[in-house]
This record gives sequence, structure tokens and C-alpha cells, in this order.
Amino acid sequence: MRTDDLVTMLAAGAGAVQPNQAGRRYVTAIGWGALGAALLMATLLGVRPDLAAAILLPMFWVKVAFVACLAAASLLAALRLSRPGLRLAWVPGALTAPVLAIWLLAAVVLTRADAAQRVGLFFGDTWNSCPFLVAMLSAPVFVAVVWAMKGLAPTRLRLAGAAAGLLSGAVGALVYCLHCPELDAPFIGIWYLLGMLIPTAVGALLGPRLLRW
Amino acid sequence: MQRISDTGRLNASEERLRNLLLRGLAGDNLAYHAFLQELSAHLRAFLRKRLVGLPDEVEDLVQESLLAIHNQRHTYDAGQPLTAWIHAIAKYKLIDLLRRRAKRDLLTDPLDDEFAFASASDTEAADARRDLGKLLAQLPDRQRLPIVHTKLEGLSVAEAARLTGMSESAVKVGVHRGLKALAAMIRGDA
Repeated sequence: MRTDDLVTMLAAGAGAVQPNQAGRRYVTAIGWGALGAALLMATLLGVRPDLAAAILLPMFWVKVAFVACLAAASLLAALRLSRPGLRLAWVPGALTAPVLAIWLLAAVVLTRADAAQRVGLFFGDTWNSCPFLVAMLSAPVFVAVVWAMKGLAPTRLRLAGAAAGLLSGAVGALVYCLHCPELDAPFIGIWYLLGMLIPTAVGALLGPRLLRW
Repeated sequence: MQRISDTGRLNASEERLRNLLLRGLAGDNLAYHAFLQELSAHLRAFLRKRLVGLPDEVEDLVQESLLAIHNQRHTYDAGQPLTAWIHAIAKYKLIDLLRRRAKRDLLTDPLDDEFAFASASDTEAADARRDLGKLLAQLPDRQRLPIVHTKLEGLSVAEAARLTGMSESAVKVGVHRGLKALAAMIRGDA
């Protein structure tokens, strides 16, 4: 086929293209993914029984804010990495800022605490399940976000996969907040982060294979 | 990553090209046709420079990039420099091609390849070795017929729907999926 013929074929009846499909795809993906994660959480883990009391505590909202900031920053990263030729620009800064903030808070909490309390603040009661439960809740979100990305055009596949993983990890963690009994900054700064990094690593690993177009 | 000479060359006509694309995305098929035509010349220059040792691959890759840009045209953000978008797609397809070749060379005797170069004649520059028409023929009817009717014979979606007995949305979906399947066939996925 001559290139001119291909051009004519592609242009024939091409028609208008819906604007802002990227945004719409991500809204759909995160909506369905979060719904899936919420169903998983409700059926397998259950909402924490004292949620009504917990939402009155400032630390509950600090935790939610930490995870929500990471979700927002990773969404921006995913959106940019889904379109050819867009630079990440300040997005890495937006990703590290909430982590540094929670680590700073954790450092303050740990230095103020008695030596005997520190281990408890760090490990809580659920350190050995938290990262895996966050990773499990991120699974439906990951599937949905990869679907969204596949309908767009990522060109840096490993990085895009990692962003998809982190986004799904953060949404998963946000849902996990409704179940998780832990509220201490040192715990959140390590085990929540680790939970979000599991799908991030999986995304980086699978990105080149899943997202190729 | 950006190479100044190429971006400079494209910059001169970038604004014009961008206008054509934006009009095309808004539904102006004539403007879109002009966009693709100018784009193919730019892609040819861009890729020829990067495929110095593989002149036979240039036109194949121009066509593959055109198809990719068409299929992914909804990812262009009007606030973004057009060259950055185009070059990112062309480079992505270029790297993909080089990877495919590297993989293939592992399996075959690379000497064969050298021989093929040497004996390849400089045929019509705008004609690719890969025949998209033949690939098109391999698509299932539900994708092939909508493409043939609306994109090769110039029928409207409604006419193609009547002719094939498909619904209008099925015709549109068939065109969309068919062109994506075509791109996948080129990659060797399907």
C-alpha cells in the first residue's frame, strides 16, 4: 500500500474525536476500581467497628490526607505518562512531598515518645498484614487503571506501569483506611507506603508487557 | 532527548500542522487529510535520519507511525507542542521496530539480512514493503467491511450499516477496532 493511499484511507470519514478522553477514562477506571476494592474490603475484612469514633480523631484524617495526596500525585503521573511527549515536570516532587511529610511527623512522634512505646508506634498490631492487604485491595484498581492506560498511548512503559501501580496502591490504601485500626504516623509512613509500593513494583515489572501498543 | 535540528525543521510548519490537526479532531476530514499528508513527509525525514543503516524500513515505519498517530489521535492535548507528541510516538515505534529486529536477528542468521540489504533495489520511496492492503484482508468481516466501505469506498456510516446489515455503532466500532488490529498485526501480536 502506498503511503498516500494509507493517508487517504485513514482520513476518510475520520470524523470528530471526543475531547478529554484521558480524564474520562481515568474517572471511570478509578470509580470501578474503588468500588471493587470497597467490595473486597467489606466482604473479606469488614469496616472497623469504631469507625464513627475514629473519624473524630485528627490522625485519622492525617492518614487519609497522606494517602489521598499520593493518590492525586500518582493520578497526575499516570495521566501524563498516558500521553506521548508529556514531561513529568514537577510530578516527582508532588509524589515525594507527602512521604517526606509523614516521615517528618513520624520522626517527631518517635522522638517525643518513651523508648518503651517506640516499638509499638512503629509496628502497631498489624504490621505483618497491612502491606499485603493494601496490595490486595489495589488489585481491582490496578486492572481498571491498566485498562484506562491501554486506551491511551503510554510511551515509557515501565514508568507508566509503575505509576498505574502506585495509583492503584494509593486508592487501595484509601479504601483500607476504613478497615485499618492503626493511626500512628510511624506505622503509616512505613507499612502503608510499603503496601502501595508492592503494586508499584508489579506495575513496573509488567508495564512493558501489559501496555505495549 | 530532543534533537534541535529536527524540532527546528518541524517548528517552521508546526503551527500550520497543529491547526490542521485541531480542525481534523473537530471533525474536518479535509484538514485531517492535509495534516496526515504533511505529517508523512515529516515522519519520513525524521525516521530516515534515524534509520540510516536500514533504508528499506523507513517507509514501513512511516506507515506504522501514521497508523499509530491516527489510532491514538485522541491523546493529543491541545496545550502541548505538537512536535513533542509526534516525535514521542515516532520514537516509540522506532524503538519497537529495533527491538523486534533484534529479537528476530537472534533467531535468524544476520548474514541473510545483510545480503537482503545489498540486493534490495531502491524502489518507489513512498511505497512500503509491507502491504497493509494484504493485512487488511486478514481482518474479520465485522472489522474489514466497515473499513472497506467507509474508508476505501467512501460510503457514509449509515450506508455502510445498511449494506452490511450491521448497526451504525457496530460499523464505527468495527473501523476503530480494525485499525487497532491492523497496528497489532504489524507489531506481530496477532
